[in-house]
Amino acid sequence: MPRSVKKGPYVEATLLKKINALNERNEKRVFKTWARGSTITPDFVGHTIAVHNGNKFVPVYVTENMVGHKLGEFAATRLFRGHSTRVAEDTKTQAAPEE
Amino acid sequence: MARIAGVDLPREKRVEVALTYIFGIGSPTSQRLLDKTAVNPNTRVRDLSDAEVARLRQVIEREVKVEGALRTEVAMNIKRLMDIGAYRGTRHKKGLPVRGQRTHTNARTKKGPRRAIAGKKKVLAKK
Repeated sequence: MPRSVKKGPYVEATLLKKINALNERNEKRVFKTWARGSTITPDFVGHTIAVHNGNKFVPVYVTENMVGHKLGEFAATRLFRGHSTRVAEDTKTQAAPEE
Repeated sequence: MARIAGVDLPREKRVEVALTYIFGIGSPTSQRLLDKTAVNPNTRVRDLSDAEVARLRQVIEREVKVEGALRTEVAMNIKRLMDIGAYRGTRHKKGLPVRGQRTHTNARTKKGPRRAIAGKKKVLAKK
């Protein structure tokens, strides 16, 4: 179920404060945040935010298209390196019966 | 021949059903359109008068996004997700379920037919 419109989008208060402060001074600076659940509002556009992925901070450059999404959507929490190929084991099992 | 939005409507069906053969029109939209154009939903397509067909065609053209235009919109939405690097976009790229379903088992609709894994030993091969 989507969030009630009455409440407006959820943006972590401290994050919003930081963004507003940066916007006021017309400054762009990377800063860290853990607020993955925060919605990206139009104020964020053009900033780079380091979003925590549970391990590291992933720099996310916010573009206009991202407005309305959550910060966490751009910092993947899982790292998939592919399945093991099993090539080594294959050669072993083929070699064994010949003995 | 009733041809609306580039789709031939089946002649033997009731209009209410026949309209749903157009991509982008389901049964609620179909009912709404027929109500609006004052066409009896129970008439067969072959019995529609030219005026009725013209009215339907006009309303569909003006109010509903159908067929090619709709497909393009959907494709664009997915492309947008991929381009901004969102999680949902990467799931589309990888051809995996997008809405958090499990992939340990199932998810075959999205992943397609099972692929044999190289080097995997068959359980109960031969005793």
